[in-house]
Amino acid sequence: MAQNECQIPDTIAIAQGAEVTKEMVDQYNAQSGQMDMDKMWIIMGPQHPFSHGLWTLKICADGEIVTDADPIVGYLHRGWEKEAENRTYPKIIPMADRLCYAASMTYTHLFCMTCEKALGIEVPEKAKYIRIVADEINRLQSHLMWLAAVGTDLGNYTAFLWASREREYWMDMNIRLCGARLTTNYPRIGGVRNDVFDESTRFLRDLYRCCDHFDKSIWELINLIDNNSTFTSRMIGNGIISRERCANLGITGPAARGTGIDYDIRRDDPYDNYDKVDFEVPVLTTGDSYARYMVRMEEMIQSVKIIRQAAKKIEALGEKAPYRLKVPSKIPAGRTFCKLEDPRGESMMYLVSDGSDQPYRLKVRSPIFVNVSSSKDLLEGCRIADVPVIMAMIDMCLGETDR
Amino acid sequence: MAKEVREYKDTWESEIKGLIESKFSGKATVSKTETRRVYVKADRSISFDLCKFLRDDLDFEHCATVIGVDMVDYMQVVYHIDNYTKYKGVVVEVEVDIPNDDLHIESVACLWGGANWHERETWELFGIVFDNHPRLERLLTPENYEFFPFRKSYKLREVQ
Amino acid sequence: MAYSSILDWIVYDNPMESPFYPFGDAYNLPYDIAYKLWDIIGGTLAWLVNLILPDTNVGLRISEWLVCTQTNNFFALVLFMVIIFLVAFIAVLISLWEERKVLGRTMDRRGTMIGMWGFLQCVADGFKTFMKDNVQSTRADKMTYIWTASLIIGTSVFIDCLIPLSGRWFVVDYGAGILIVMGLYALAPFLILVSGWAQNNKYSLIGGIRAAEMMISYEVPMLIIIATMCLLNGSFNINDFVNNQYDTVWYIIPGIVGFITFLICSTAESERAPFDLAEAESELVEGWQTEYSGMKWGLIMLADYMRGATSCGMIVILFLGGWTLPFIDLTATGWTTWWPVPELVFLLKAWIVFFIMIMIRVGVGRVRTDSILNLGWKVFMPLAILNLVIVLALKVGGIF
Repeated sequence: MAQNECQIPDTIAIAQGAEVTKEMVDQYNAQSGQMDMDKMWIIMGPQHPFSHGLWTLKICADGEIVTDADPIVGYLHRGWEKEAENRTYPKIIPMADRLCYAASMTYTHLFCMTCEKALGIEVPEKAKYIRIVADEINRLQSHLMWLAAVGTDLGNYTAFLWASREREYWMDMNIRLCGARLTTNYPRIGGVRNDVFDESTRFLRDLYRCCDHFDKSIWELINLIDNNSTFTSRMIGNGIISRERCANLGITGPAARGTGIDYDIRRDDPYDNYDKVDFEVPVLTTGDSYARYMVRMEEMIQSVKIIRQAAKKIEALGEKAPYRLKVPSKIPAGRTFCKLEDPRGESMMYLVSDGSDQPYRLKVRSPIFVNVSSSKDLLEGCRIADVPVIMAMIDMCLGETDR
Repeated sequence: MAKEVREYKDTWESEIKGLIESKFSGKATVSKTETRRVYVKADRSISFDLCKFLRDDLDFEHCATVIGVDMVDYMQVVYHIDNYTKYKGVVVEVEVDIPNDDLHIESVACLWGGANWHERETWELFGIVFDNHPRLERLLTPENYEFFPFRKSYKLREVQ
Repeated sequence: MAYSSILDWIVYDNPMESPFYPFGDAYNLPYDIAYKLWDIIGGTLAWLVNLILPDTNVGLRISEWLVCTQTNNFFALVLFMVIIFLVAFIAVLISLWEERKVLGRTMDRRGTMIGMWGFLQCVADGFKTFMKDNVQSTRADKMTYIWTASLIIGTSVFIDCLIPLSGRWFVVDYGAGILIVMGLYALAPFLILVSGWAQNNKYSLIGGIRAAEMMISYEVPMLIIIATMCLLNGSFNINDFVNNQYDTVWYIIPGIVGFITFLICSTAESERAPFDLAEAESELVEGWQTEYSGMKWGLIMLADYMRGATSCGMIVILFLGGWTLPFIDLTATGWTTWWPVPELVFLLKAWIVFFIMIMIRVGVGRVRTDSILNLGWKVFMPLAILNLVIVLALKVGGIF
């Protein structure tokens, strides 16, 4: 079709001595489309094994080298923020679970935290620690799912299945905590839904066991990947981005900490009781895929450390301590925003309330939405084989990107 | 290359408040400050200069969001700008009012690459035009979409 | 002739006494089986025809035609091919089952579970691909698209059938046995390149180009090692290879460097992980197989495994003593009369080599295109030369 329509330059005039201008050649190339053989656009997605979720990455390849990239998102746009404007505050909690399927509790937590800040109330001490535990369980879950995805992207299914196996333990902890695996619907405005001291679930006992097990099994995964040059050679030195560019592009979370940005909201802008637990923020300065990988692995180890401390605090507070406050259903008019360190980066909610029981405007800042917009900078100059690895280090999650 | 990273001091907010108000007297006012939070209300004419000042002079490296709010009588654009080094952990919220009959504002995508997609999103959902934006195209909604769905005038079907 | 016993028609001739016996002096077990099978089938048919049309000239002619030497030989050859293919096919299915089961266990899951410890899953998958719809791009170059797939499958099945299982289980037995197998083996990447072009799909095209890149970098060290081992052996004949190794020592001992290099090169040659760049799933969907669907895809997958089995067979022949065991004369034990002992020994060795390939797949990730070329030219090529030097020293030193 396209071939028939394209205009072929006036060959007779050229034969008679007319000058062949550059415009004519360019026009011909642009029209025929098939003449430009040195570069080609490869469309990866939305049904492509590399895109974990529904999105498209168009890459322009010169041979095996990527020269340009254009991410296309929006297949999953549900108008979440508009929907939230027509719901009462408690009804938004289960909706917030659906923003990110890998770490659902963080968004619910963030929403509740924003509402509490708008109401000007302080949640009970125990609820804060329970939220920390829940957040870190979700972080581990999310990072292990990311590790599994990295395994498939690197062409190895052992890493995929081993990481999924470890993730299953933390999913079980989710079940012990609130009865659901993925969409937990656990935090509430003013606290959490239920206490952790329950004879039938034995949450805290199993939490310690889970931590002990994970301390050992994380080294299985580290030994599988770090001691293996087929993995490390794929990660070291590709997708390099400088610290300044990374900050400017708005990349946050482990990807930013891999470039040397020493910033973690849990430590530098503490919410809940993160300032009362002791943990380290891993920061590397190389800025390649391997740095991002290392940061995430170290974060998992630190998460277990945080969980242990928070669980001890919960035990110390005991069964009698309150875990939930009664809160009014209407939030006074005003503007509030809250930030939270998501497993993927900095997530943020901005709430405009008008005194009714429904939000006037609720905006979600999703870290992946910004991180994925930087894919052109990350991918330029790498090889086609590196594209899945580099994009895996961003840890795509489409629920929160498209909202 | 490596910038000086400072530990948090509670004088930072008033310091930033003083710097902003002296530089843009009358055009930008700091409405309130909290721990690590500075809320600025700025005029549309200086919003770009304010952002440039924050980035270049105060080392605010990271633009977290560009948010559109439809207040029915007028629109608002809200920026959240983070600092990683000099005022580590401080967020400046810049609130800019835009009249409904002239929905234009200077784009900050040239200052922070991270604002690029947020501005595209705000444009397609609210119809606020960001001048000098490198590529103001629809992002989340289909390309042939004709509405600005997040405006208050756009009602969801069940609510009608 | 009136009614006569069925046993009158079935006479177990010795195939080697037939004037049309195709294998010269060598005894061929599958041909023997096929010959006697046709004795039974043809004899029964002849008896039936004679029963239905008694005392007629036509009936007698048909019956006699069915059991004459020429007919017997012809149908024996047809059955011979079927037997050779079926045994190779089942051996490949078992290696497929082995891979799925071992992969499953190492990855902490159960692997296939349908019937016979999961073996029937392979059969079920085979049936499934045959039932699938055949989706085909209208813009593909149809003729090349079909023919390259057929040729890839055809050559792969052909070389797998050419691998002898023992001194009595072979298709042909002649001087250049190793060379013809390797020659056909090297044909497939070329066809993959053409097929990638014909499918009119960017993923296929890149996959095809990658396959060609790999062929260039791995074929050369592989052929050098084969030439080296032939030098050690003094012949290209597969039988000579096995007999010489039985007389002296398995060639893995003088050629350990060559063994390791050959193992990795042949993993690359049969496009198994970690060298499955041409069908790298995470970036190229299914690589050069993207546009093939249903039965064609199923057969291509089978062909892949057949190439893997061929690699293992070649390694067993070149380095691991073929169908013999050290210090044990299998023919002298008398087991070989009724049991396929040498064949099983060969297949077991091939499956053990395949097990090593599976373990490689378990532990490593996919290698990138540029590093695969580096590996091929800068590591395996010198190793192949080193192997040649060692073998030359041994040969000149008079040890072999």
